[in-house]
Parts: sequence; structure tokens; C-alpha cells
Amino acid sequence: MAATDTPLRTQAEITAHVKALEALLIQKGVMTTAAVDRMADIYENEVGPQLGATVVARAWTDPEFKARLLEDATVACAEVGIGGLQGEEMIVLENTDTVHNVIVCTLCSCYPWPVLGLPPNWYKLPQYRSRIVRDPRGVLAEDFGFTVPDNVEIRVWDSSSELRYWVMPQRPEGTDEMSAEQLQALVTRDSMIGVGPAATPAS
Amino acid sequence: MNGVFDLGGTDGLGSVKIEENEPVFHAEWEKPVFAMFACSFRAGLFGVDEFRHGIELMNPAEYLLSNYYEHWAHTVEYYAEKAGMIDPAELAERTKFYRENPDAPLPEREDADLLAFVDAAVKHGAPAKRESNKVAAFKIGDIVTVASDSPLGHTRRARYIRGRTGEITAAHGTYIYPDSAGNGHGDAPEHLYTVRFRASELWGEDVADPNGASYFDVWEPYLTLAADQGAK
Repeated sequence: MAATDTPLRTQAEITAHVKALEALLIQKGVMTTAAVDRMADIYENEVGPQLGATVVARAWTDPEFKARLLEDATVACAEVGIGGLQGEEMIVLENTDTVHNVIVCTLCSCYPWPVLGLPPNWYKLPQYRSRIVRDPRGVLAEDFGFTVPDNVEIRVWDSSSELRYWVMPQRPEGTDEMSAEQLQALVTRDSMIGVGPAATPAS
Repeated sequence: MNGVFDLGGTDGLGSVKIEENEPVFHAEWEKPVFAMFACSFRAGLFGVDEFRHGIELMNPAEYLLSNYYEHWAHTVEYYAEKAGMIDPAELAERTKFYRENPDAPLPEREDADLLAFVDAAVKHGAPAKRESNKVAAFKIGDIVTVASDSPLGHTRRARYIRGRTGEITAAHGTYIYPDSAGNGHGDAPEHLYTVRFRASELWGEDVADPNGASYFDVWEPYLTLAADQGAK
């Protein structure tokens, strides 16, 4: 799905407006088209949820790394060269048999870029931000098809400061023989937001 | 300020719109807008708290109906005009030009320092922690209540936690205070805490998830020690 026309403006109108703004900012020495290309390239090709997945898979297979990750995620991620913009300080939340964690930013769109990349549109739009704090179990079940049993506590982490929370999903059963490299593929973006479980090998 | 951007607990907005295999950018125009955030920060147009406040100042109906990166374009434009860098009439004229000449080129400019800044910014970010000799007024385990008043200007005191009582689960040290920085008044660091609110405290026993809680980061000036220090 492409970006869409809105009741307010067409894509053609938005495109012309943004191009005009960009032109003036280029003339004022604020930006360049090369900087645009570089920023877009970084978040399209370098920084994305595959980075968070490597961290989770390592934590699943390396208890000492997991302990360091839960103690100080910023430091543990820096060990593997991950960190930076919009993840200057990160906190990892461990899902267990009794606790399920999910992240949101009700006031804007805060999200841990260094490990998950840029957020999907639904994370930034009003529907998720309004409902996940009020009815997390319902949103997960109805909108994401993910049932969290009533005996599991749901903790919603509203990213209101510059601390960036993200979720370490539970390691799926039947993966004891898998290597960290194989496990990475099971760690989905959604499982690190907390709106789904990690994938299972069969799925 | 009380505004529609403060969405936690708002009803009637519908179900989550999930897009399978979503691209990072949905249109070419989103890329320059995304880059404007870092480039304008470097140019001194705003800090991240002011950036957010510029979005909060959008027309509320427009906020709810527009594409996400239009919010970013709005705040960049707001601060560029406020700084006298861009003239609204000139922007309107240039928009008309590109509407009529969509393939007309952008001005050419090179800036190797800016490219180096982009790489460094992505790698290191802009930490919000600020050293301070302020002594923390609260500690982990304290039961605290969030002030119930409605501040004007930028704040991170979401409406759904105002007047609510919860337990401090983490004390982080001192950070840029958004209620100051977001309103153009400087970092003014304050202690930051994470507070756990039971769902029933936020939404009422009748409708709340009986086995749920929300965690929210709050700055010290938002808080007072609750009279009742019993477990929440």
C-alpha cells in the first residue's frame, strides 16, 4: 500500500508542498538531497528489526549475555555494535509464563529505532495508540489475532520519555537444537513490540 | 496542552490498520521529510521536545486525518517560519510552482559535513540524560500521585495518568525536562522515574483488565507522595 490521499490533500499536493519546503531548506543550507538519500538508505537497508532479532537470538542461547541485556540493554547492545538515534538508552522487557509486555507511545511515536528500525504505520496511527492502553488484551486478540491468557499479566509500556523499551519474546518450544543464527529468523518485529509471539519453526 | 495527540484511552477510533509486508517509506516525499528531522536539528531549529510540540500544535482534525510524515513536515515548517528562515508566502509560491512543474529539479547543493553528521547522529543519537546535583525526592517503592492539573504548552503528562496513583518501579537520574525544553526554555533537568499504574486505577474496576498494568515515565515535578503508602 502506498501513502494515500486524505480528505485534506492529494498525494500530488503533498508532494509539491514537501518539494517546495525541501527546496527552501536546501537554499538555506539546512539539508541536501544527498543527506536525504543517505538517511533513507540507512533505514531501508541497514537499520531494521533484523538487528533486534540478532540480539534476542543471542540472549536465548547465551545466558550471560541475556543477564547483561536485562541489566542494561544499552550496554549489551553496544557489545554487538547496535545503538544510536532513538535508542540512546534502551530497556529490554522479558516475557515469561506469567508476564506479557507490549510497547506503545500514546503521545507521539517513540520507538527503538536501533533495534527495530522505523515503526510501521499502525504503531504511529491513532487506533493503536488510543486502545492498547485501555484494552490491551482485546486489541491483541481482535486486531493481531494473538491471545494472551487471562492468567498472564499484561504490562503496557508507554514510551513517554527518551528511554526506549522493547520486548524479548519467549523462546518457542521445540527450538532447543537451533543455533542463534537459525533462531534469528523466528524473532519477528511484532514479537519485539509485543503484539505477537515469536514465530515457531513450523510456521 | 490538552490535545487530540494525547490519545491514550480515547474511544471510537476503530481497529488497528495492519499492512502486511509494509515498506519503510510509502511515498518518495516521505524520505525528504524524514531527513528534515535530523538536518533541522543540526541547524538548531528545534530539539526533539520542541519538534514534538510543533506536531501537537497542528489543527486537531488535520492531525487525525493526515499521513504520518505530514506531521513532521508541519513541525519543520512551523519552526523554520518561526525562526524567520522561511517565508510562508514564498513557500506557497514555490509549492504552486512544483504543483505545476512536478519534474522541475531541486536546487543543487553539496555538504560533506552534513553527511558526516547524519552518520554520526544515527550511530550515537542525542542522549537526553543530563548531570545534575539535584537530590531525588522519591525512591523505588514509593507510592506517588500524578498532578491532576492541565499545563499549557508542551508536557508529557498524558491525561490518562493525571490524578492517578501508582508505584515507582525505577529511578533513572536526571534528564532534559520536556515541559521546559519543549516550550523553548532550556534543558532544566529533572529526575525521571518509571511508575506502574494498575489498569483498574486508570480505567476503573468495571472496565479495566483485572490482570493488567501500564508503566509510564514521569518527571519529578509531576509527582507528589501519596498519603496512603499501601501497596497499589
